[in-house]
Amino acid sequence: MSARAEVLGRIGRALADVTTVDPVADVPVGWQYGRPTPMPDVLTQFAERTADYKATVRRVPAADVPATIAELLTGAGVSSVVVPSGLEAAWRAAVEGAGVVVHGDEPPLSHEELNRIDGVVTAAAVGVAETGTIVLDHGPDQGRRALTLVPDTHLVVVTASQVVSDVPEAVVRLGVAGGSNPLTWISGPSATSDIELSRVEGVHGPRTLLVVLAE
Amino acid sequence: MTVTDPAARRLTPAPPSGTLIGMPAFPANARAQLDNPQLRSNLRKATGTIRAKRTAHVAEVAEWEDLRLAAEAIKNRTLRHLDTYLMQLEESLQRAGATVHWARDAEEANRIVVGLVRAKGADEVVKVKSMATQEIELNEALEEAGIAAWETDLAELIVQLGHDRPSHILVPAIHRNRSEVKEIFEREMHQYGTPAPDTLTDEPADLAGAARRHLREKFLRAKVAVSGANFAIAETGTLVVVESEGNGRMCLTLPETLISVVGIEKTLPTFADLEVFLRLLPRSSTGERMNPYTSMWTGVTPGDGPQDVHVVLVDNGRTKVLADPEGRPALRCIRCSACLNICPVYERVGGHAYGSVYPGPIGAVLTPQLRGIGSDIDKSLPYASTLCGACFEVCPVRIPIPDMLVHLRHKVADKKRRGRPRLEPTVMAAGSWAFSDHTHLEKVEGLARIAATVMGRTTHLGPLPWPAAPWTNARDLPMPPRESFRAWWKKNRSEEEQ
Repeated sequence: MSARAEVLGRIGRALADVTTVDPVADVPVGWQYGRPTPMPDVLTQFAERTADYKATVRRVPAADVPATIAELLTGAGVSSVVVPSGLEAAWRAAVEGAGVVVHGDEPPLSHEELNRIDGVVTAAAVGVAETGTIVLDHGPDQGRRALTLVPDTHLVVVTASQVVSDVPEAVVRLGVAGGSNPLTWISGPSATSDIELSRVEGVHGPRTLLVVLAE
Repeated sequence: MTVTDPAARRLTPAPPSGTLIGMPAFPANARAQLDNPQLRSNLRKATGTIRAKRTAHVAEVAEWEDLRLAAEAIKNRTLRHLDTYLMQLEESLQRAGATVHWARDAEEANRIVVGLVRAKGADEVVKVKSMATQEIELNEALEEAGIAAWETDLAELIVQLGHDRPSHILVPAIHRNRSEVKEIFEREMHQYGTPAPDTLTDEPADLAGAARRHLREKFLRAKVAVSGANFAIAETGTLVVVESEGNGRMCLTLPETLISVVGIEKTLPTFADLEVFLRLLPRSSTGERMNPYTSMWTGVTPGDGPQDVHVVLVDNGRTKVLADPEGRPALRCIRCSACLNICPVYERVGGHAYGSVYPGPIGAVLTPQLRGIGSDIDKSLPYASTLCGACFEVCPVRIPIPDMLVHLRHKVADKKRRGRPRLEPTVMAAGSWAFSDHTHLEKVEGLARIAATVMGRTTHLGPLPWPAAPWTNARDLPMPPRESFRAWWKKNRSEEEQ
């Protein structure tokens, strides 16, 4: 007998006490999915909670995004960045204008090449105010997962319309758009609590997270 | 002839000798651990910190109790129809380009993983922290097959380089403090790759930096990664890994082949269900609103990440747990460790005393069910608790751990008795007779006074002879009074009052 047949057979025997065939009728779940969490101001909450993780957060009018990108990258001492193919042209131009070397990812850079690049500039898919989380769905303006992982500085632009109150609304948006794209949920720079359970920022992922909230 | 040191032939640091299941019973281990004041001080500090963080961030969520009820119901629904959801998960994974394997037990799961790594021609793998692979002892199976398994989670790295065992589900090196970690890094890192810098201090940020440098070359060159999964979504075939450091993202993204070892109970019906669990898990485990990184992937994504994706669905005793409706709730566990951090017993003895990959309250109910109650350690685990109930209060999926401990104690007692009559029912029957009528009670009171006088004790009844010896050896009873209340009443009240 195959392992599959045997494991499924064991489960069938173990659940002899379950007589209702329909899982939904058998165990009702009294929960309403996708509700917003009430809060006075979603954007302020998002900015505060993201900064709580020691990310740098700037709230600016949409028109000021390119200048803010240039200023933040220079301030962080970044001299080279990789940008995904679908990044807003004005943002890419701003990076180049700041004297930062810009690498594309076509053809894909090797791991070693990526490891030699200081930073990455991307857009985002969703922002979550309650938890200060940014979700990437790795669309063309965010690039494949390695781009936002290997370089040590990640500058991400979140637009106001992408910010929702809490995780349930985010899951709804991502589920609708989702399909089979990988998703990366980012809450602050890489961190660990493994030594004496006190949080320190900076392990394997980007140690510097720069967030531009465009209104 | 030269005799080679067997340790020198190993690819990765050797774990301590002996097996977990061969450990003595819990009380003996606990006594040994209590002799270590450093351990108690490390644990008190760490669990105290995390309890305070958890309390603060749970208090922010108005509907916390509703979330717990929802999580309990979703997990119950999944477990009561696990065959249906597993077949759906398999189909979704295959549709997304993943290869699905099934394993009856640890040995079969290890054989599948070793086979996949060999087929790639790789001699090393990088690992995401995973309880399932700890449970099946995958690292040792790989080592025997000539494949080096590198742990990449900081705490797992400390444990591996320290020739040690994990002592906590979430923070396996919770028993180590910063200066011990520094010592381990300086002694071991250079033997297995990039050495610790000469300027290493015992600042956690500095130690994390040393881990970053040590592991970076391994991440960049690894062809194969092994992970577990926190959740596996039946509807979509999406796997979820919740982490902090980015070591998980490295393993899930950079290698060509990804093998995920997933316990069958990790299944969730729908993608939407994640809204409940992603709110409960980070607050319950690290006490944060959200953990730094959560990765979700669905089979193979062309041009992004591993193009060869495998999922090994593991039973290894889980169907035995499922078969006992009273033990079944243990399979709801999402491995957050809130029950460890709140437990007064765990805080004093640490994780090693439990002789199990799953320590603390959840380990005390899960391990004897997964492994059975054959060994001394497994028989003793249901007693490794004061039944104070704090573990249930903090459990995000409402596992009734105290009730289950009592249920398992019954099982252990029945097994020990093997059909012989028990003393307890006889004593209870005698008690029932004594309290059924006041004349019976007066007789018993009289007898107790005579017995006490004969035994010549004054304030307390100490150890009694067999068969009461096992019970009274550890407990005192106050002496029966010289005069019973009934006798006193008779003497001091008038006829009418009586």
